[in-house]
Amino acid sequence: MTRIENLSRRSVLKSLGGISGLVLGFNVPFRSFPIAAAAAAEGTAFSPNVYLSIDSSGLVTIVDHRSEMGTGIKTGLPMVLADEMRADWSRIKVVQADADVKYGDQNTDGSRSMRQFYQPFREAGAMARQLLEEAAATIWRVDPATCQAQNHAVVHQPTGRHLGFGDLVTVAAALPIPSADHMQLRFMPASARRYVGKPLPTVDLADILCGRATYGIDMVVPGMKHASIERCPVYGGHARSFDATAALAVPGVENIVELPATPIPSGFNPLGGIAVIASNTWSAQQGRQKLKIEWDDGPNAGYDTTAYRAELEATAARPGRAVRVEGDVADALHSAAHRISADYFVPHYAHASMEVPTAVAHVAADHCEVWAPTQNPQGARTVVAQALGFGEDQVTLHVTLLGGGFGRKSKPDYIAEAALLSQKIGVPIKLTWSREDDMQHDYYHAIAAQHLEAGLDASGQTVAWLHRTVFPPIESTFQPDVTYGGAGELQQGVVDMPYAIPNVRCENGPAANHVRIGWYRSVFNIPHAFAVCSFADELAAAAGRDPLDYLRELLGEPRDIDLRALGVDYPNYGASLDVYPIDTGRMRAVLDLVAKNSGWGEKLPPRQGRGIAVHRSFLTYVAVVAQVAVGSDGQVGVPRIDMAVDCGLVINPDRVRAQMEGAAIMAISNALYSNISAKQGRIEQANFDTYQVARIDAVPDTRVYLVEGDAPPAGVGEPGVPPTAPAICNAIFAATGKRVRTLPVDPQQLKV
Amino acid sequence: MTNLRLNGGTRAVDADPAMPLLWALRDLLGLTGTKYGCGIGACGACTVHLNGQAVRSCITAIGDVGDQEITTIEGLSPDGSHPVQRAWAADNVPQCGYCQAGQIMQVAALLKETPKPTDQQITDTMSGNICRCGTYQRIRTAIKAAAEMGA
Repeated sequence: MTRIENLSRRSVLKSLGGISGLVLGFNVPFRSFPIAAAAAAEGTAFSPNVYLSIDSSGLVTIVDHRSEMGTGIKTGLPMVLADEMRADWSRIKVVQADADVKYGDQNTDGSRSMRQFYQPFREAGAMARQLLEEAAATIWRVDPATCQAQNHAVVHQPTGRHLGFGDLVTVAAALPIPSADHMQLRFMPASARRYVGKPLPTVDLADILCGRATYGIDMVVPGMKHASIERCPVYGGHARSFDATAALAVPGVENIVELPATPIPSGFNPLGGIAVIASNTWSAQQGRQKLKIEWDDGPNAGYDTTAYRAELEATAARPGRAVRVEGDVADALHSAAHRISADYFVPHYAHASMEVPTAVAHVAADHCEVWAPTQNPQGARTVVAQALGFGEDQVTLHVTLLGGGFGRKSKPDYIAEAALLSQKIGVPIKLTWSREDDMQHDYYHAIAAQHLEAGLDASGQTVAWLHRTVFPPIESTFQPDVTYGGAGELQQGVVDMPYAIPNVRCENGPAANHVRIGWYRSVFNIPHAFAVCSFADELAAAAGRDPLDYLRELLGEPRDIDLRALGVDYPNYGASLDVYPIDTGRMRAVLDLVAKNSGWGEKLPPRQGRGIAVHRSFLTYVAVVAQVAVGSDGQVGVPRIDMAVDCGLVINPDRVRAQMEGAAIMAISNALYSNISAKQGRIEQANFDTYQVARIDAVPDTRVYLVEGDAPPAGVGEPGVPPTAPAICNAIFAATGKRVRTLPVDPQQLKV
Repeated sequence: MTNLRLNGGTRAVDADPAMPLLWALRDLLGLTGTKYGCGIGACGACTVHLNGQAVRSCITAIGDVGDQEITTIEGLSPDGSHPVQRAWAADNVPQCGYCQAGQIMQVAALLKETPKPTDQQITDTMSGNICRCGTYQRIRTAIKAAAEMGA
């Protein structure tokens, strides 16, 4: 591959003047340009950077390097680029990137794709536009300042001459690509945006509606065989012995392979088990049922979530490690006029994405090709290479569409399984987990117990806040003996508590893990927002105040909360606090916006009520008003949800709305239906008959209000989840006078 | 050998008659638009039509199909122009999109039988189809739009 050297800046670019301002300054993508070099040699395409190329027909191909699991990122990032280069959306093709460090970070989690790549995609678009303008100027022998791109062509302003992008490709491809510090980019003003801020349909829409879209489970490779793996029902166990005679007799079954168990904590590596290889998925599943396996259940054979809950609650009753301290809580609680406390519990949840974990792998002697629905392409490639004993450059990983992810597909254990099986058998393997596999061997959302205490003064103001949280940390899936939460977990609704209370103490107690714990959409914001937003409602009730009024008062005067000044370890989701502060003013603004639109304060019939909650997560502010109707049988309906969202600059408002609508549904599942429990180390739920999720009968009239602004783009995929469950439970209190402190809601407790 | 009447043609399948139609479609006939979701008829992702009726292909053995005409998402319309597909497109229903073939097939069968379904009929019929992304509100809206178009 030819690498273009750091060429001298061309005179035309010099004419842009100044050296200040935005330049191509970020790491990998613009440092080397192998694609551009190759294309220039052929003269058929122009690829100024890794995210796009233009061919002589004018077709602009934009590379989406982040995984598409339903958020719309595969449409959103290209919208940013297309807008900045003034391309015509109808002449754009979007392709999914393979795993490759040249694209920068590809790990699609933490609601950060747009936050991290809005600017790089703008810069990629601006660079392409300026080079195309320069190409036109070269052809016309005019001052490039007189050439402007618009709608997929460059126009010479004084004469009106124009050349389509495709006509400029050959000349543009021969231009030297400026290096990072050699080009000053000019960005289009907001008023010139044609796509950003507009509700565009997703790029895969037509394929999805016709059944043509290719998910991981749909990949077909010539000669491939199908695999299904029986794993030990207890995390950390392994097969002592097995008899595959009957399994091998099942028509279609061709092979049995034992995958060794990874010692726990198993991290991203396969759990191990007995794999059945067959000519089709069904035969593999049938063969599995005929396996006779004797398991050694290992050290987690006694895991029982009922007993474990009691353990967590006992720990939460004792002082823990302090993670945020202001004033003197013990003293303030002691002298408070009124003191209240509450204990909250949230169970394990399973991701249950509609597409189960699945992958296709083809391993040859010195190379492996993988097709997988993964949120973490580069991480998956690393794990596959390590499993096979290959170098990373010997593994090619293609990313398919994901049939849902929610954090499950950040973990590549299933991809390594497929690769190991292909390596052992020597043919391409498609591994398809069953739904039972998915629910019984997930990386579960952490089970969590929390204890909160507060003191109110005689006027009803909250003067003391104690929050103690206990949960098995995610790091325990990767490192032995980790029992305390990390800063990245405690930032999610504990130490970032936004209320203006003079005495604050946040603590974390230890908890050992017994199953794989993993990220689940909005992660630790789920239990923490549930406790913090519910407890705020309890404080309002204790003070005899309207929950909205009291919440506004708790938030206090609009201000940026500087946790650094308090000595708190606060990662802020990996973003700068200067760019993305904890701004209680924005919090109050979404609260007021949702209150205004939701009918807050209007009277409702008996057994109906509204609840309110506000929470900042993934740098985005979401306030929710939930309206519930509680039947005499205790069943809870949620006829309406109002959500106000401030996620900074909105790229595709339709997808932001869709993510909020979906987050509300997921939160309803968490609040009312879903529960993963364990007995004797075994997960008790296996499929959608025993693990309940929201169905269409549960859907509320969901109304989403977006704050329009030019704040930097923030998270969208996850932030709608955390405040919704507490808003529902606060509404249940308004409707029935009963507090829900354990999820999912138990209708028995709400019966008349 | 089992002969299946499929999307207007006939296809022969050499498999155990007990094999669920889902896996015959996906693994043997290359029609991957129909999705696996649960294998027990609890999620609706695998919904296809037998003589126009919505069935769960994951619990329908190929030996039981007989001469009934099978329609999958690939055969619903040649070009995505079925009113349900058009209504889905107009409202941008899908998020990840994985369950949507099953949802669309379920709705197409519903509207054939009940051209103007009530809210309760929609709820009753669609409660068997899970969307973990939570697109239910748009599904409801799109069903009504498709009904207006005369699906």
